[in-house]
Amino acid sequence: MQDIKAEQKIEKDDFSCRFDAPGKVTGAEKYAADLYGPELVWAGVKRAGAVHARLRGIDCREAEKLFGILKILTHQDIRGANRQGVVQKDQPVLVDDKVRYPGDAVALVLAENREALGRALELIRIDLDPLPGIFDLEAALAPGAPRIHESHPEGNVLLKGQLVRGAVRDSFSRCAAVAEFCFQTPYQEHAYLETEAGWAQGNPDGSLTLAVSTQTPFRDCWEIAEALGLDREAIRLIVPPCGGAFGGKDGITVQSLLALGALHSRGRPVKMWWEREESFWAGCKRHPTRLQYRLGADAAGRFQALEARLYYDTGPYDHLGGAVMALGLEHAGGPYRIPNIDLQAWAVYTNNPLSGPFRGFGVPQVNAALEQTIDILARELHLSPLEIRRRNAVAAGDQNAAGVTLTASTRLQECLAALQAQPLWTGREAWKAAAGPFKQRGIGLTCVMHGQGYGPVIPDVAAAKIELTGLGRFRIYCGVVDMGQGNHHTFLQIAGEILNQPPAKLEFVRPDTRETLPGGSASASRTTYTFGRALIDAARELKQNIIEKAAELFGALELEEVILTPGAVRHVPTGWKIPLARMAAELAPEDGRAVCSFQAPTAPDRPTADPALQLHGIPHLIFSYGVHLAAVEVDTLTGAVEVRKYLAVSDCGRIVNPGIFEQQIQGAVVQGLGFALTEEFRAEKGKILTGDLATYILPTALDLPDMESLPVDSHEPSGPLGLKGGGEIGIDGPLPAVANALMDACGIRLPQNPFTAERVLRALREKEG
Amino acid sequence: MKINISFILNGKPTQLETDSDRRVVDLLREDLGLTGTKEACGAGECGACTILVNGESRLSCLMRAGQLAGQTILTIEGLAGGQGLHPVQRAFVTQGAVQCGFCTPGLILGSIDLLRRNPRPNREEIREGLSGNLCRCTGYQKIVDAVETVAASPRGEE
Repeated sequence: MQDIKAEQKIEKDDFSCRFDAPGKVTGAEKYAADLYGPELVWAGVKRAGAVHARLRGIDCREAEKLFGILKILTHQDIRGANRQGVVQKDQPVLVDDKVRYPGDAVALVLAENREALGRALELIRIDLDPLPGIFDLEAALAPGAPRIHESHPEGNVLLKGQLVRGAVRDSFSRCAAVAEFCFQTPYQEHAYLETEAGWAQGNPDGSLTLAVSTQTPFRDCWEIAEALGLDREAIRLIVPPCGGAFGGKDGITVQSLLALGALHSRGRPVKMWWEREESFWAGCKRHPTRLQYRLGADAAGRFQALEARLYYDTGPYDHLGGAVMALGLEHAGGPYRIPNIDLQAWAVYTNNPLSGPFRGFGVPQVNAALEQTIDILARELHLSPLEIRRRNAVAAGDQNAAGVTLTASTRLQECLAALQAQPLWTGREAWKAAAGPFKQRGIGLTCVMHGQGYGPVIPDVAAAKIELTGLGRFRIYCGVVDMGQGNHHTFLQIAGEILNQPPAKLEFVRPDTRETLPGGSASASRTTYTFGRALIDAARELKQNIIEKAAELFGALELEEVILTPGAVRHVPTGWKIPLARMAAELAPEDGRAVCSFQAPTAPDRPTADPALQLHGIPHLIFSYGVHLAAVEVDTLTGAVEVRKYLAVSDCGRIVNPGIFEQQIQGAVVQGLGFALTEEFRAEKGKILTGDLATYILPTALDLPDMESLPVDSHEPSGPLGLKGGGEIGIDGPLPAVANALMDACGIRLPQNPFTAERVLRALREKEG
Repeated sequence: MKINISFILNGKPTQLETDSDRRVVDLLREDLGLTGTKEACGAGECGACTILVNGESRLSCLMRAGQLAGQTILTIEGLAGGQGLHPVQRAFVTQGAVQCGFCTPGLILGSIDLLRRNPRPNREEIREGLSGNLCRCTGYQKIVDAVETVAASPRGEE
């Protein structure tokens, strides 16, 4: 295996171009999927195929006879707990008692090549006792329903939660207007281009080295160790550049299977790389939801009461489904002042496909329902969609709907004011009127809010290490994954700014559990904030060490006389210089590097006393905000919906790297537009109807408008260089913005997304009666 | 069936023996170590495995080894010459068109084919020309920007 540590040449001397881009445009960059090596063993999984059944036996005899098969492993070959999961450890590495969805892994095949692997997988026979399948929420929650996890005390309810404040019922009775709305969202597939992939090898000392496309290297090692009964210290996990993740690699995919394979491959490297179809039917997806909303306001349009019931279908396993539901619950009332709330949410086990983390983490669903309900209410009150939001949007010091006091930067009102001045808003009537024959145009608005970090209980911690190398360059050790979002480049930029060094004087070591320090997951809009803070402290400490030593060498009277310049330290009064390479030799080894850890602050509020909800992340302290506008054109003959223009105004704190921030907003908005317009992962009683990229429709370059991203002036005092999370918030807006625009264009409001031409046309015909 | 084939690969005459029905994407990645050619669907839906065959973009997951015989093949590894990055590669870097990068080689080669057919495409034509290549990170806008930059440059498609 080649060295997959990053040490890249950057061709520009500022930070405007991502340092990882040259390696990616030349094809030189090696992803986990690109690792092979001599004597490679191909590993593949026999999946259950059944929805709900008790395992009676596995017959591998025919498959084992095949030429080119090294080994077939089942649960009997696992010495550990054979369970994976972050909160509930409820998912087997290889099924040992029950099958709970067709993607469950039953046997692991090690083969000389892919052809033999494919034939062996077909020959393995699984003997199952079928159990009744549970495919909808009512059936799962019905008294006496068959249990998907017999030992789970709450039956098929993985997690249930409630946020209550004030007197909702009384308050509704005094409201001048009340809007009710039900909305349903389907599964959304991540569809990262690099499907789940990894590579593993057993070392002569009994330890294992893995290279995996993952968001969570350190946590993975704990999970692998526990599941397989291994020593955590004997597992080294390296994360090569990751070909997209979006939450789908936050949680074990190939890791334990690869490690198990490497334990039985006699020292040969083992590779697993799921095919697209396998990724679709075994990998996790965005939770489907059913959402019931009731919102009331006084005559002045001020929200008084909100009641919501939120049902998340978590599929067969937890897979962070409880945390997804909790974040949805906390965001169910959005960035608004609502004094009386009764919000209840359930994450429910079913035998449907596996749900899990997906950028937005439960929020895009609730925001879609809330923001449509707000538009319905605005219409009743004869208020513009902008005005009703302006009257209710939170400002710093307010309590948001969930009851969290907003002590961090809160610039939503500024976002609304900025949008109000934009030509897309001021010129909306003229734009709508210019629709051609058989076309109708509409403008839709939505607010967005997204909390960052892990909440009050799980410490949101990262440690950063930086050292001055013998060549006089600064090497940054980062244990937090970059799955494409560019946080690694931002880290380089942060260090470069503090140390006054151009990219060419910086080196970057990517996540590697042996080389880098734990940094937590690449999720929850947290990496740049939390690791960034640790890195700032480390870079400042190292800078101080260098300056102090240089001052001594220069005989400087004051430390301020010494500055860092690219590649050197300089004594300002005399102009003397010492190259950093020499400084590296002068410094004591412990002064030539710095390690700092940072733990993100938590909210002082406790809007819930429920320890389970707190553990699952309620509440957050720091939120990003925004307001989105979609300009939509509907073809009334075909029902086709086209988003012609899109504007995202955001408060994500100070924008440290405008290019990377824009990448995040544009990419998230397009994933959200896909969810609004075409993306619907469908399974019927375990049979997948959208099993590939021909039937699951992703947006192409042709389907999308140019987007405008407008950050407002903002500064988060606790954030590194004033920034806060921006990786997810962009995906919370497109679905409600398009839904509201569709209503504005042609007076229809669909009960579910995506808003396909077929559904829109049917709604148009029904409306015409 | 084993066959012996000769072709030009990234400017170099290449001769090898392989199974006639070996997928070209596997031959490039596994036998020749050219992992810049990515695979993301194996069914011709995503464009990640795009290579240039006699200058035209082709999906290497749908090609068999026998189809290489006598052809001139360019993969992403053969694009940057002695002078550094190709203008399209450079534009992808400077315009921020790269995020995770897994779609990038295919999109760059697809863009080069587009600019060969239409050296001065407008944004709509760029969007249409690249609609066979999926990207899940960028939302395509900066990719369109990158190709537009090259199309507008005095050097043209080069």
